[in-house]
Amino acid sequence: MPAVGMTVNGKKVQANVEARTLLVQFLRDHLRLTGTHVGCDTSQCGACVVHLDGQAIKSCTIFALSCEAAQITTIEGLANGEQLHPMQEAFREHHGLQCGFCTPGMIMTAVDMANRLGGGLDEATIRDELEGNICRCTGYHNIVKAIAAGARAMHGQAKAAE
Amino acid sequence: MYAFNYHRPDSVSAAAAILAKGGDAKLLAGGQTLIPAMKLRLASPGEIIDLGRVSELTGISTEGKVLVIGAMTPHAMVAGSPAVKSAVPALAELAHMIGDPAVRARGTIGGSIANNDPAADYPAACLGLGATIVTNKQEIAADAFFKGIFETALGDGEIITKVKFPAPEKAAYAKFPNPASRFALVGVFIAKTGSGVRVAVTGAGSNGVFRVPALEAALAKSFTPEAIAGVKVGSDGLNSDIHADAAYRAHLIGVMAKRAVAAAH
Amino acid sequence: MSVTGIGASVRRREDLRFITGKGRYTDDINQPGQACAYFLRSPHAHARIEKIDTSAAAGMPGVVAILTGDDIAKDKVGGLICGWAITSKDGSAMKAGAHPALAQGKVRYVGDQVAVVIAETLAEAKDAAEKVAVSYEVLPASVDTARTAAAGAAQIHDVAPNNTIYQWHLGDKAATDAAFAKAAHVTRLEIVNNRLVPNPMEPRAAIGDYDAGTQTFTLYTTSQNPHVARLVLSAFIGIAPEHKLRVIAPDVGGGFGSKIFIYAEETVCVWAAKKVGRPVKWTSDRTEAFLADAHGRDHVTHAELALDGAGKILGLRVKTTANLGAYMSTFSSSVPTYLYAPLLSGQYAIPAIYAEVDAVYTNTAPVDAYRGAGRPEATFVVERLIEVAARETHRDPADLRRQNFITKFPHQTPVIMTYDAGDYAGALDKALKAADYAGFAARKAAAARKGRLRGIGLCAYIEACGIAPSAAVGSLGAGVGLWESAEVRVNPVGTVEILTGSHSHGQGHETTFAQLVSGRLGIPIENVSIVHGDTDKVQFGMGTYGSRSGAVGMSAISKALDKIEAKAKKVAGYVLEASSEDIEFKDGKFTVKGTDKAIDFGSIALQAYIAHKFSGQELEPGLKEGAFYDPTNFTFPAGVHVCEVEIDPDTGATRIERWTAVDDFGVLINPMIVEGQVHGGIAQGVGQAMLENTVYNADGQLVTASYMDYQMPRADDLPSFTVQTIETRCPSNPLGIKGCGEAGAIAAPAAVINAITDAVGHENVAMPATPQVVWRAAQSAATKVAAE
Repeated sequence: MPAVGMTVNGKKVQANVEARTLLVQFLRDHLRLTGTHVGCDTSQCGACVVHLDGQAIKSCTIFALSCEAAQITTIEGLANGEQLHPMQEAFREHHGLQCGFCTPGMIMTAVDMANRLGGGLDEATIRDELEGNICRCTGYHNIVKAIAAGARAMHGQAKAAE
Repeated sequence: MYAFNYHRPDSVSAAAAILAKGGDAKLLAGGQTLIPAMKLRLASPGEIIDLGRVSELTGISTEGKVLVIGAMTPHAMVAGSPAVKSAVPALAELAHMIGDPAVRARGTIGGSIANNDPAADYPAACLGLGATIVTNKQEIAADAFFKGIFETALGDGEIITKVKFPAPEKAAYAKFPNPASRFALVGVFIAKTGSGVRVAVTGAGSNGVFRVPALEAALAKSFTPEAIAGVKVGSDGLNSDIHADAAYRAHLIGVMAKRAVAAAH
Repeated sequence: MSVTGIGASVRRREDLRFITGKGRYTDDINQPGQACAYFLRSPHAHARIEKIDTSAAAGMPGVVAILTGDDIAKDKVGGLICGWAITSKDGSAMKAGAHPALAQGKVRYVGDQVAVVIAETLAEAKDAAEKVAVSYEVLPASVDTARTAAAGAAQIHDVAPNNTIYQWHLGDKAATDAAFAKAAHVTRLEIVNNRLVPNPMEPRAAIGDYDAGTQTFTLYTTSQNPHVARLVLSAFIGIAPEHKLRVIAPDVGGGFGSKIFIYAEETVCVWAAKKVGRPVKWTSDRTEAFLADAHGRDHVTHAELALDGAGKILGLRVKTTANLGAYMSTFSSSVPTYLYAPLLSGQYAIPAIYAEVDAVYTNTAPVDAYRGAGRPEATFVVERLIEVAARETHRDPADLRRQNFITKFPHQTPVIMTYDAGDYAGALDKALKAADYAGFAARKAAAARKGRLRGIGLCAYIEACGIAPSAAVGSLGAGVGLWESAEVRVNPVGTVEILTGSHSHGQGHETTFAQLVSGRLGIPIENVSIVHGDTDKVQFGMGTYGSRSGAVGMSAISKALDKIEAKAKKVAGYVLEASSEDIEFKDGKFTVKGTDKAIDFGSIALQAYIAHKFSGQELEPGLKEGAFYDPTNFTFPAGVHVCEVEIDPDTGATRIERWTAVDDFGVLINPMIVEGQVHGGIAQGVGQAMLENTVYNADGQLVTASYMDYQMPRADDLPSFTVQTIETRCPSNPLGIKGCGEAGAIAAPAAVINAITDAVGHENVAMPATPQVVWRAAQSAATKVAAE
């Protein structure tokens, strides 16, 4: 089995994996980072979104081997120790989650959104940017509120450490 | 997903050499279509050649009045590129309409046109702008490149390296998305160039992307929405599925064409 | 109101683990030595299995075992059951075909389980499954709800001639016919209530485990009601006696009904674990979820409403065919009967109602409860009828509703229900004001100037929740009682564990239930933990569905807290040297009436355990109480939703511009969470009305088997919502709660279709109102206007 090495949440990891191993399987099955979820087979639901070299991507649609030498951040790597990331705080404060299954992907997408587009995100932009993240519980109302607040908070302070 | 052997060459020539060995090899660009197909066991390549490390394939430049986009350039980069926004703003807008942000971060122009999904957006831009597809072996005009659904003029061992877009006078892309997949239910790319008007339609044709001569002729006379108000687009050869029948698609071609003309800049 | 008690928008305590990726869903769990299961499913909608040859597959790498229906039969594993008996109007029992967990002799829908392949890895199991050779004799399929009972349709179960499961009715036919005979106006509608796939974002999963040393099974499963799962797996399917079977439903990523039912896959995993001597894990992918999760809705209805000359409703008559799919799922039979027809009175005083419901088999996935379950279908019938009746008789739709509202409570409808409390006009008035109903004409004119069609639609819904009194549901055919249990364990330092039979899969019970306890005992919310979802910890419970956890589950906790308080007062009496009758308990303190003697709750807890101040003969040591709460009635949440749409007539693209909801849920425990429930419900209702459809082709192949073809509501399909409430206290439970989980999904479809039909100017708009459907409707309206 081929070897792969990458940095996940700041930690260097290495493993031998089958070539057909997707990044999400590598994270969940090999590294036991089960915060990244799988909710569809067609790269549409976004439950698996992580950051690869600072960009939000769908970890179900990339091979682990393609991530050789990459920097990966998952939901588990977002908080600074006990201190939650402002986007995590915003989701809790604004009730942006119910069952929690889509939440890690939502938060990773939201952080990427705020990183790219800044702190002043309007509702239409947020809704448009969420095309690749499906939530069945919240009707998105509070997710939109949470992302707007989280983006403001991120840009009110230092940019997310990644 | 079926098992396969994985290769990650760092040059086009190295990729071509692996491809030449056969073994049911498939090039992996951004993977946003190929990997889902493999997961569903709809595609089963024996060898995967990952182009992710072939840096010569990524990048955007202008050569005079021609915009040149490397095959591995992701949609997000095209959408955000000042060079694209200046030379062919419609192309940047089109790239922003593909998929979602995470898909745009990975999906590439070369992957999209090599796959030639009948509902993909880039084929409409290539055909509408009269682009030239450059491979490691030849240059192919867009009119000759798209051969039907999931069919292109690419031969064995051929790798798209870049796409050249001549800058138009004006152009726009109007897309009516499939409500579920968000691919184009009907997408119309219209470009006005020194040599005339080109109208390319994606999403609608049962044989993939196609041009609409009647609209082009009317717009060549007068590049206004009113000029095509009376042009009837027939439903022969258009798709019917649970989302839209051929008659509705034919109607949408007319509506989207008018909107594209009105928006062209 | 305390800052963490009832009525406070306490931030959710469960969120920390979900926002940091530390949730623990079934697929996150692995057992040492586990093998992976993959189900080989039928590619045919209807076929006889001639032969299954597993020999080639058995030799594939990593294969542990391949099991089929023959193995299930040999081990005498019972079939899946339907737990609610419906009697036809001719007195005959419903005709339920056998439902083996792995097909025996025949497959009846695409996705039916044919065999399970168990291997070291999932990839190996899938590889091997492709080598299982099954020869089928393909049979004609019957997939059409309206035609499956007709002559010539393929016959799916021998026990059910004409594919008919039951022909049930409710109400007074003669009185209803008489009402129609004297009507001044009759409104008639043909309604298709489209089939939906529930699609919780977490796909189903199961891990079966068997400990040969103690002969005990453990099943981790994505369940809304683990105790019911254990009961069915034990008593009916025969896996093991209950004390030898532990069912754990850890974090569950949404259910919406679809995780109530006991499915083949979890049955097979727990059975196979003993057979192969290893834990067996299965996780559904999304395609399997589309194929094999129980679907929802799927009614074809002819509905009629009779009015007198002044607009007063005289009667309502409904004939519905309900598609239950290829097999009867766990509660399938109750959904189009007792969860549907008793709601046909809506918010209106209707003297006579008669409903006939035929339930039918088709070669499609089983159909069962999905958010609202029967009540959305009933509301859609009533609220489309009254809207169309208003338009036909040139009445304002709000006024016609108001004229017919029930105003006195309790109100006995002609279809079983006794509504206990409500203020329907109050909700309507508040909704019309919040929606600026008066300003609609100006907005419509402004839209017209832009070439857009604008429409407004109302829906005044009612639902029966908190299901429900056990004796009542028993008399209607339920196989179980629908009470709930709770246990309150006070620890010696005064912290509290609540064990509940309710199950949280997004509802936030760890917060709301703790609010009840914190407020009631006057202790910090951090000192309360909620334990649920494990049959080894919680004695028994009926689970969470039908918006019942507040009204029934919390009432059980409240009842147990009554006992805790009573006992604690006795302890306080000994400690404070006073009669327990003189002890008062308030804000976490026990005081002796008329004195300044006081002691806090934590100290009394300690005294209860150290037991120095009383003898064991006088009072048992400890502080732990349990309760079973059986409600006295259903609860009746009701409200008015107002939807306003704008349509691009050139494309049919429809945007929801405004959404206003005014709901009466009785007492609110946590307004923030209640609003969130309403948002989610509306999204699912809008999904049904505009986006979601489940399409089988004539051969029974599922055309909409992924998100590429099944349109899930996305953020840009929806607006932000205005959600307000009014409160009439529910008199049927001690907390005054009505329940809020399903309201949005019940109210939204009719509000949307009423708005779209208002915009296009005619009633012929089917769900889902996709751009193509709306464009055609707008076209035909334009043609009609041109012709006039």
